[in-house]
Amino acid sequence: MTQALQDLGDYLSSALAQDVLSWEVAKGELMITVRTPAITKVMAFLRDDSNCQFKQLMDICGVDYPGREQRFDVVYNLLSLKHNQRIRVKVNTDEETAVPSVVSLYSSAGWFEREVWDMFGVIFDGNPDLRRILTDYGFQGHPLRKDFPLTGYVEVRYDDDQKRVVYEPVKLTQDFRSFDFLSPWEGMLPGDEKAGKA
Amino acid sequence: MAEAQIKTFNINFGPQHPAAHGVLRLILEMSGEIVERADPHIGLLHRGTEKLIEYKTYAQATPYFDRLDYVCPMNQEHAFVRAVEKLLGIEAPPRAQYIRVLFDEIGRILNHLLNITAFAGDVGALTPMLWGFEEREKLMEFYERVCGARLHANYYRVGGVAADLPAGLVEDILTWIDAFPGWLGDIEKLLNNNRIFKQRTVDIGVVTAEQALDWAFTGPNLRASGIAWDLRKAQPYAVYDEMDFDIPIGKNGDCYDRYMVRILEMYESLKIMRQAIEKMPKGPVRTEDRKVAAPSRGEMKRSMEALIHHFKLFTEGFHVPAGETYSVVETPKGEFGVYLVSDGTNKAYRCKIRAPAFAHLQATDFMSKGHMLADAVANIGSIDIVFGEIDR
Repeated sequence: MTQALQDLGDYLSSALAQDVLSWEVAKGELMITVRTPAITKVMAFLRDDSNCQFKQLMDICGVDYPGREQRFDVVYNLLSLKHNQRIRVKVNTDEETAVPSVVSLYSSAGWFEREVWDMFGVIFDGNPDLRRILTDYGFQGHPLRKDFPLTGYVEVRYDDDQKRVVYEPVKLTQDFRSFDFLSPWEGMLPGDEKAGKA
Repeated sequence: MAEAQIKTFNINFGPQHPAAHGVLRLILEMSGEIVERADPHIGLLHRGTEKLIEYKTYAQATPYFDRLDYVCPMNQEHAFVRAVEKLLGIEAPPRAQYIRVLFDEIGRILNHLLNITAFAGDVGALTPMLWGFEEREKLMEFYERVCGARLHANYYRVGGVAADLPAGLVEDILTWIDAFPGWLGDIEKLLNNNRIFKQRTVDIGVVTAEQALDWAFTGPNLRASGIAWDLRKAQPYAVYDEMDFDIPIGKNGDCYDRYMVRILEMYESLKIMRQAIEKMPKGPVRTEDRKVAAPSRGEMKRSMEALIHHFKLFTEGFHVPAGETYSVVETPKGEFGVYLVSDGTNKAYRCKIRAPAFAHLQATDFMSKGHMLADAVANIGSIDIVFGEIDR
């Protein structure tokens, strides 16, 4: 299994040499990183090439790394029924740069891209229906970004005077607590990377 | 006479409607009785599960998976614990693997029982619903006996399951397995050749194999379109490779085939359950790795080290090495995937949940186009959606 994925990785990196930035097989899963503008080309190749035949786009998801310049990863999970293989394709982007949409290749991408837009604010160029999908009507912000607080910014309640549901800023009766589990013991061990910093 | 102007009009279907299977709001653009366009508005049950998991330790994150597809809770826990086990590089002991298979199949029957009976209810047959809930209750009692809860089990843990099967449970499950085909036969007698049921389902919402792949269909919906693809066979996990079972597939990809595939799958599930019980070895049900699974209470009373392990596990939790994985299981609804990114701490950096019904619901639009309003209801019923997992 792993050997087959190695071979596929080799094949892809030579066939799409200009677009594949890196690839690796880790824990029995193949992952390739490609140039963002080339994603539609790569996906079309993966779908139609006889060695790939990735006919199903299972999932698109975002990952946020606020420390990076290109802060978002957009991850595509593909499945080939023919070869019984999976592949993970990754592209990088930031808040402004649009990722080309793959809706024209895979119909299922429509909602997956909407979800990534809703949750992370990644723009998909070419998606005909890039509305919010999971959040409330009129919602502001992109909740799965790391800088979006877990509690959100607004809360709702039913107001008996106005006879409707009203939005109000979140009021926490107790500060949100986030414990740092990384510090105390590990720094005391010699050779630990934290020991140098302290 | 001047030609009459026909205007399409919009119907707001749901979010509170018994045939919406939860909180689906569907905006239907109608031309007379014909659906022109169906636009599902989802997210009314969005609880931010993925965000919450980023703030919880791995052990605390498991119960969230019960609350996704609350019709078959344990199947989803399986996806998550497998993802974490993969990153940790550990395996659950054999007995735990068999228990997981057993309860996965109980979950499958739980799910199909609800789906086919609710689907029958949608198209006008109310009796199966009443019968089905009685059987579901028996299965949920099995859930209750292993973990104490009928629905939100939290039974699968990283490195095994929470506790061994209680005495007498296996015998009761076997008794139930013997009795169930009779009950299922009754349902089949009610529906399979029922004229009204067939009129409402045959040739309704046809999905070709090509379309099913394009729209990322998985599970029974994919198999109903004639593609023999089941992760339990194709990419076996746990001990499914030791089980002998068949994959029922459909031919036409219509609502009736989707119903039939589910019925036949229940018979296969019974086969798997029986084999899992027969082959189940003795032994531990949780990994002995004390950095992952807590020691027993008795051990804690005597050993200082066990006490420390217990304290660390229940305050800090265990740390998972950095890495990422996309782990899948075949839940009753299809491929349920967990894309887990770990940064080496005790909390997941990102946990994306790939819910099968999310992709299925997306296809409502093309499935319902050109059908009557009542057929849109049949379509929604037949693709088996639960909003817990769609909205997450």
